[in-house]
Amino acid sequence: MINQLETPLYESIVAKFEIAALQSRNTQIGDLRQQAFDIFKASGFPSPKNEEWKYTNVLPFLKDEFELEISQDELSEATFDKVAKMVTTHIEAIQNSIKGEQKGAYRLIAVNGKFNETLSILPEAGKIKIQALSAATEEPAFIQNFGKIATIKDNAFAALNTALFHDGLFIEVPKNVSLDKPLHVINVLLADANVFIQPRNLFVIHANASLEIIETTITNEAGHTIFANGVTEIAVAENAHLHHYDIQTGHKGLRLVQRTEATQEQHSNYSNYTFTLPGTELVRNNLILHLNAKDLESHLYGLYLTADKQLVDNHTEVHHKMPNGESNQLYKGVLMDNSKAVFNGKIYVYEDAQKTNAFQQSNNILFSEKATVNAKPQLEIFADDVKCSHGTTIGQMNKESLFYLQSRGISEQTAKNMMVNAFAFDVTQKIKIAPVRVYLEKLIAAEMEKNVH
Amino acid sequence: MLSIKNLHAGVEEKEILKGLNLEVKPGEVHAIMGPNGAGKSSLASVLSGRPNYEVTEGSVMLDGKDLLEMSPEDRAREGVFLAFQYPIEIPGVSNINFLKTAMNEMRAYKGLEPYTAKEFLALSKEKQKLVEFDAKLVNRSLNEGFSGGEKKRNEIFQLAMLEPKLAILDETDSGLDIDALRIVSRGVNKLRSDKNAFIIITHYQRLLDYIVPDFVHVLSDGKIVKTGGKELALELEEKGYDWIKEEAVS
Repeated sequence: MINQLETPLYESIVAKFEIAALQSRNTQIGDLRQQAFDIFKASGFPSPKNEEWKYTNVLPFLKDEFELEISQDELSEATFDKVAKMVTTHIEAIQNSIKGEQKGAYRLIAVNGKFNETLSILPEAGKIKIQALSAATEEPAFIQNFGKIATIKDNAFAALNTALFHDGLFIEVPKNVSLDKPLHVINVLLADANVFIQPRNLFVIHANASLEIIETTITNEAGHTIFANGVTEIAVAENAHLHHYDIQTGHKGLRLVQRTEATQEQHSNYSNYTFTLPGTELVRNNLILHLNAKDLESHLYGLYLTADKQLVDNHTEVHHKMPNGESNQLYKGVLMDNSKAVFNGKIYVYEDAQKTNAFQQSNNILFSEKATVNAKPQLEIFADDVKCSHGTTIGQMNKESLFYLQSRGISEQTAKNMMVNAFAFDVTQKIKIAPVRVYLEKLIAAEMEKNVH
Repeated sequence: MLSIKNLHAGVEEKEILKGLNLEVKPGEVHAIMGPNGAGKSSLASVLSGRPNYEVTEGSVMLDGKDLLEMSPEDRAREGVFLAFQYPIEIPGVSNINFLKTAMNEMRAYKGLEPYTAKEFLALSKEKQKLVEFDAKLVNRSLNEGFSGGEKKRNEIFQLAMLEPKLAILDETDSGLDIDALRIVSRGVNKLRSDKNAFIIITHYQRLLDYIVPDFVHVLSDGKIVKTGGKELALELEEKGYDWIKEEAVS
């Protein structure tokens, strides 16, 4: 607790909560907020003494003075225009890089977590439910799932988000519905001061339904620090499929901590693809899957390309609770400059989870002598008839391969690009949406280009 | 075409080439033979610009241009090709995209427009046929899971596509069975012309039955110690290298 005194944020959070608690009208949420706040207040922000944060010291990223109050009013005309312009620029950049690959997508805009319907291009009404989380509190799917998926115990950030989240997205896909195109969620983060933003999402995919979500993030580069502490709860019902892509680009001053926690039922498939590119100062992804039934599959693919002094940390937890579950994790990292990456993957196989297949692999290449990787695979197995494996590699760019390519007339830069793409190939080939793959490859190539020394 | 004068080079302070001289003219095939450790592969490495090799003395000119000043890719663009003794496997890079990238970067260097997909495909088909390269391998990852013979044949296919001035074959015959050796040799023979030249590095005379050289050089202790016609290879096969070493010393 002593270290919290150095963080003015802790004090302002405590003060803010006292006010927020008085304003909370919905008792279900009110009680949850109070409970979550007590957890946060007792633990404070995690220090490196906490095993889960051993390699990622988040405290220096919390020292700035942050505004906790995020306007929940409708956007002013000027702000609306600004956001519209940012979105247009972002879409144009994507379309330029995926020429000839367009398949189209629905578009969902959230500004500092708040749903903006005017800027969104949504599927026809009735197909799927998309609304602000704050407007969904009476929905049965909300009542059934909200706050029941994300684990707040021993998770200060998730507890803090639960105590003080502003708003977020509520997406519900009814039974047997499959959307014809992916849903592109653009998270717009705006700051006119240093802000601490806490978006909160809930995605519910009912039985036999399927959805592809592609998340991207854009910010206004106004020189302010943005700390986003997000929580997304996901429920994937029987025989439902959710392919969830998250493309994390950003800039200096952006700090991102997020928890994505999902529950899965029988015959379901949840696949997560997390891609982190240079820019964002701090990225901590917590991805937690609860395989609550038998015969289901989960896929976790990660790719991180890091540069400058960036710190990118991926923590995963896969809980195999019932028999015949299959989980497959593949995280690959390319590290440049003084950047640092952490991979911590835990697989729990519970006593009842016989015939589990759990696979985990983390591979890294260091492009710089000053880059660091900390990889920590963990298996806890309480069943006796399972197949589990894990592996970690940390290597360097193969000079002989580089020379082979160059000896055929390929420039060093192109050769490096080819090798990074080749290294990433195991992950990128898993991307089911071709334009997403092309977009990602272009982003990687552009970043590699910047790294010419 | 190629003029090597008094070339001294080595790796990490250890001198391997100790004053090597060689002149290669268009249309010629030069075989370089010699005992293990003589510096044959080092010569191939130095010519193609492999990192770690340091040239301490001498010059290498290709059509009047200083080869030693160039990056490996520029050497390739100027027309030097090295068929690797151990071709590298690069999973995730497709053979065909690799070649297309290579050819178009070379064309850009020469100020030429890149090939269209159609042109490239037609050319690739033509050359596959010429050097008897299996079409199935073309779309696979570069050399990944190829047999030793398939890797060497892929080198010859690349050679056919890139049409270098000077091709250096570094022990291309090693690890080949007799059928693969014939196919590889047939490919090379079809690619010979009065405009290009070959340096063939080999341990064994066998390859030279199929690819008949104009000159045979014996490399020993970093220098060419004997030069002759194709019959020198036969003599070496029969007598070994010791007599030449002795001759060189005396």
